[in-house]
Amino acid sequence: MSTMTAQTTQVYSIFIRATPEQIWDAITKPEFTAKYFYGSLVEITDDAWVGRFADGSVGVTGRMIEHEPPHRLVHGWRALYDPDTANEDESRVTWEIEGQDGGYSKLTVVHDRLERSPKTAESVAGGWSYVLSGLKTLLETGRPLAG
Amino acid sequence: MVHSVDDDRVFKALADPTRRLLLDRLFERDGRTLTELESELEMTRFGVMKHLRVLEDSGLVATRRQGREKLHFLNPVPIRLIHDRWIDKYTERHVSALADLKTQLEETA
Repeated sequence: MSTMTAQTTQVYSIFIRATPEQIWDAITKPEFTAKYFYGSLVEITDDAWVGRFADGSVGVTGRMIEHEPPHRLVHGWRALYDPDTANEDESRVTWEIEGQDGGYSKLTVVHDRLERSPKTAESVAGGWSYVLSGLKTLLETGRPLAG
Repeated sequence: MVHSVDDDRVFKALADPTRRLLLDRLFERDGRTLTELESELEMTRFGVMKHLRVLEDSGLVATRRQGREKLHFLNPVPIRLIHDRWIDKYTERHVSALADLKTQLEETA
């Protein structure tokens, strides 16, 4: 991998053969997120987004900023899974879901406000592609990504 | 099948040195305007625009509006999908071929 400083605004987008509602469920319900989000069980409340590991420990948490099903979810991101990233400022994750022609939807994830969280920026840089690829496979085939 | 059409676009987009150079520039620093990208290439603005359009259509470049500016970001997800679809498949086969060889050799030993 490169030794470049990770980007402070990261944009990831993917076309998925699913409705915006199906994608919304897949990103907000723990029974789905467990299958592609590093085993994390995501819980959403009025004021927080929490990703727990199977043992119940919190991997990532953040404030709930915007919650507009099924098109837009914005929340804070503090990665507690590593002591180095846990001490950094909260960054921000925006999920945008747009319906497209032919039964497809476009999902865009923007992870920004990473200026004061360089270790978090580096930590998530490869992870989002893996997560979104797994989400697409799950929604289109009903199976988690192999391997 | 739309999936294979998507793959075609990505492979075609990658099959050009200028477009690979643009991706490398965005990898170094993301969120750049056309003007910034143009200043680093010996090519007309129109030429750079054309290449960026191909990259955007393939999904390899995502754009965001910020005020009056259009910023270009490297979107690594299509490359990840190709990795999962193509690279994993063949490396897995390679590994399983070695595993078969081991079983065979050990059985005959």
